[in-house]
Amino acid sequence: MKIDLTNTTSSKINAALMAARRASGSTAAGMVLTLVIVTDEGSAYDALKAANDASREHPMRTLAVIKRAGRSPRARAETRLDAEILVGSDAGSGETVVLRMHGELAAHAQSVVLPLLLPDAPTVVWWPENAPLHPAQDPLGALAQRRITDAVTAESPVGQLAQRAQSYSPGDTDLAWTRLTGWRSMLAAALDQRPSHITAAVVEGESYNPSVELLGLWLLNRLHVPVERIVTGGPGITAVRLRTKDGDITLDRPDGLMGMLSMPGSPDRQVALKRRETSELIAEELRRLDPDDIYSTAVRTPVERLREHDDTVPAAAEQIAQAVEASVAETDGGPTGPVGAVEAGKKPAAKKAAGKRAATRDGA
Amino acid sequence: MSTDFPELTSESDADDLPPSPVNPLRDPSDRRLPRIAGPSGLVIFGVTGDLSRKKLMPAIYDLANRGLLPPGFSLVGFARREWDNEDFAQEVHDAVKEHARTPFREEVWQQLAKGMRFVHGTFDDDDAFDKLRATIEELDKAQGTGGNFAFYLSVPPKFFPTVVQQLKKHGLADPPQGSWRRAVIEKPFGHDLESAQELNKVVHEVFPRDEVFRIDHYLGKETVQNILALRFANQMFEPIWNRSYVDHVQITMAEDIGIGGRAGYYDGIGSARDVIQNHLLQLMALTAIEEPASFHPKALVAEKLKVLSAVKLPADLGRHTVRGQYAAGWQGGEEVVGYLDEDGIDPESKTDTYAAIKLEINNRRWAGVPFYLRTGKRLGRRVTEIAVVFQRAPYLPFDSYATEELGQNALVIRVQPDEGVTVRFGSKVPGTSFEVRDVTMDFAYGESFTESSPEAYERLILDVLLGDANLFPRHQEVELSWQILDPIERYWDTHGKPAQYAAGTWGPAEADEMLARDGRSWRRP
Repeated sequence: MKIDLTNTTSSKINAALMAARRASGSTAAGMVLTLVIVTDEGSAYDALKAANDASREHPMRTLAVIKRAGRSPRARAETRLDAEILVGSDAGSGETVVLRMHGELAAHAQSVVLPLLLPDAPTVVWWPENAPLHPAQDPLGALAQRRITDAVTAESPVGQLAQRAQSYSPGDTDLAWTRLTGWRSMLAAALDQRPSHITAAVVEGESYNPSVELLGLWLLNRLHVPVERIVTGGPGITAVRLRTKDGDITLDRPDGLMGMLSMPGSPDRQVALKRRETSELIAEELRRLDPDDIYSTAVRTPVERLREHDDTVPAAAEQIAQAVEASVAETDGGPTGPVGAVEAGKKPAAKKAAGKRAATRDGA
Repeated sequence: MSTDFPELTSESDADDLPPSPVNPLRDPSDRRLPRIAGPSGLVIFGVTGDLSRKKLMPAIYDLANRGLLPPGFSLVGFARREWDNEDFAQEVHDAVKEHARTPFREEVWQQLAKGMRFVHGTFDDDDAFDKLRATIEELDKAQGTGGNFAFYLSVPPKFFPTVVQQLKKHGLADPPQGSWRRAVIEKPFGHDLESAQELNKVVHEVFPRDEVFRIDHYLGKETVQNILALRFANQMFEPIWNRSYVDHVQITMAEDIGIGGRAGYYDGIGSARDVIQNHLLQLMALTAIEEPASFHPKALVAEKLKVLSAVKLPADLGRHTVRGQYAAGWQGGEEVVGYLDEDGIDPESKTDTYAAIKLEINNRRWAGVPFYLRTGKRLGRRVTEIAVVFQRAPYLPFDSYATEELGQNALVIRVQPDEGVTVRFGSKVPGTSFEVRDVTMDFAYGESFTESSPEAYERLILDVLLGDANLFPRHQEVELSWQILDPIERYWDTHGKPAQYAAGTWGPAEADEMLARDGRSWRRP
């Protein structure tokens, strides 16, 4: 069922929601949380679709806040709230309200959202893009226990990590971190299988993907060893190598779908390691609403502590670097031969990214 | 009931969880990382059976899809059919496509298919077991399973001795240094105390006690695990969860189907042995136990044993137990035959298809509170629930007519289907007169949690691979349960015949009379 309300208020929306629920014979009792999506017309469709899918796992009330401050003085002068209410089969398992805030109201979105939060249930705010600099201090962010950002959508994704680190408050989380869960659990499982003393680590992945950096920072924190970051053509993260004295533990995923785990003394094994949909990421985020300390530690470690793979590495590390190159050449030897070339081509990009990173940090 | 705990102390050392070396990538506060089983494989005997196709294979795929199986996980099928590995993989593929709960994903399937093997042979065929041994060794090399294998005996119990002896004879039950070998067995765990002890002896001769996992799939159900959360994670239920407030407890497991093609198994066993001995007594134990000191398997089993050994049977079994057989009738719009007319059933059979018993638990918390357990086939509908029925308010400050329609408060745990919890209490009927009527407050899993909560077998298979014994009945529990049921079965053997009840109803009139004697009545579930 779909109900359109123009020039309306929160209490009229509440009344309409209750009437719609009555009409469809369901109750609000089962809903477990309120998800506030702060977005614009452009991204609203994808974000709502993802939330809708995630609501199958977490029945919730979804409030999409679309700010339309208006481009002309005339449009800005007209303050108006329009609402689109979706319940029943149109809204996954839960209910959705799309809130369009015109004019000056766009700056006071929290006044509309607050009365529409489910009683007692936790609130989560998600910015699919354009997250505020300080999510916890944002008027909408302040209403929530959990604040989800996505560094990958920022102009400078890696630089965004520094911003997230600086403004971190408990309850913040980033989808760049969520994307790593599959990798992290497979690496942890690999070490479960073969407890080894790790001496160094390498993470490889496309540039402009902060997940690669976050994974490196996590390994750095957990293992207390030097971690090197190598830029490849992607997609996403392509490989992680953990160096032990018996050889490398390597998790390699060249195609974004199927990984290959190789460990010294064991046969190589395939592992399904698919890049996940946004809806799956959101569903994972909503599973736990308490502060994620592991994320906080990882994101607050300066990115500069990861080693760039370039000529400035000290002589001692150079040997390792050469070994890496050799092994890369080995594993990528067959049909994926040209990867080496791509990699070489990408190097300047990495440096540029590093430069940008520093600049953003200074700015922030 | 006797109050000694069979061999609890002798097992205490072996029961401790194995110490695991510290993994720097794991942190207790990192709760995004799931528990992934270590390198391992599963060997299924009787892999062509229904259970294997409908439950085990889909559960394994779902586990893989959720990323909970180790890389290189291997699945070995053992059966008489002359398949090769590809035929077997195709069979699993079809079973997964048809029955899995999570969407089919090709890359997950590829990961699984690499580790599938099939060994054909009979259980007394030495060559086949040699081949099985070779297969396992090959998998250790090719898939890195590390010698860790669980043997799932999805076969009738009469084959257990042969299979476990064969496993022993061919060295399959002896784990190589640093690895494990586990046995997984399905009910029935014997048909009385003596046969259960015999069965335990057979299995324990080959596998150590803590490497034997008995599947009671009820314990893998979310709703059953939630009993512990409901009771011990909340403050509002526990204070009234005792004889001062609870009037009685009804535990029901009803099926709408008849015996179907299971005549050979069912006749002579009956519903009490099939259901009460395991599922219902486990549900009763979880409803009644004291708070365990921790969720260590040893702590939980100790509490369950305390409850089961405090169970007291009624002095007059004739008045407080009832058994029945379904007669021909109409069930949900279909005409169905009676039990004695089913194919393969002796027309003189005294096997019960319905059983209701009254038990008491003699401890401070429950003394004087009856627990009514009932189960049956061809009843009104398929439902399993635990109803804790509370006493009436000691005084009602209303006119008597105002509360005429007020029943007893109740808390109902709906185990299946429509999993959830219902609370029943009185509420004023809107209007100018003062009238109180029962209303319900409802929590439904489907509404508040994921649609795709893991199936019982997923959870249980994962726990077997992880070596977590919390959701598996221990042999002491099995033996205590038979000690409770055996006197009832003996009484039934020598007294009278099962009462007849029309199919599609809620059981024989005798069962209603049994509760009426206590001034109570059955809930209609």
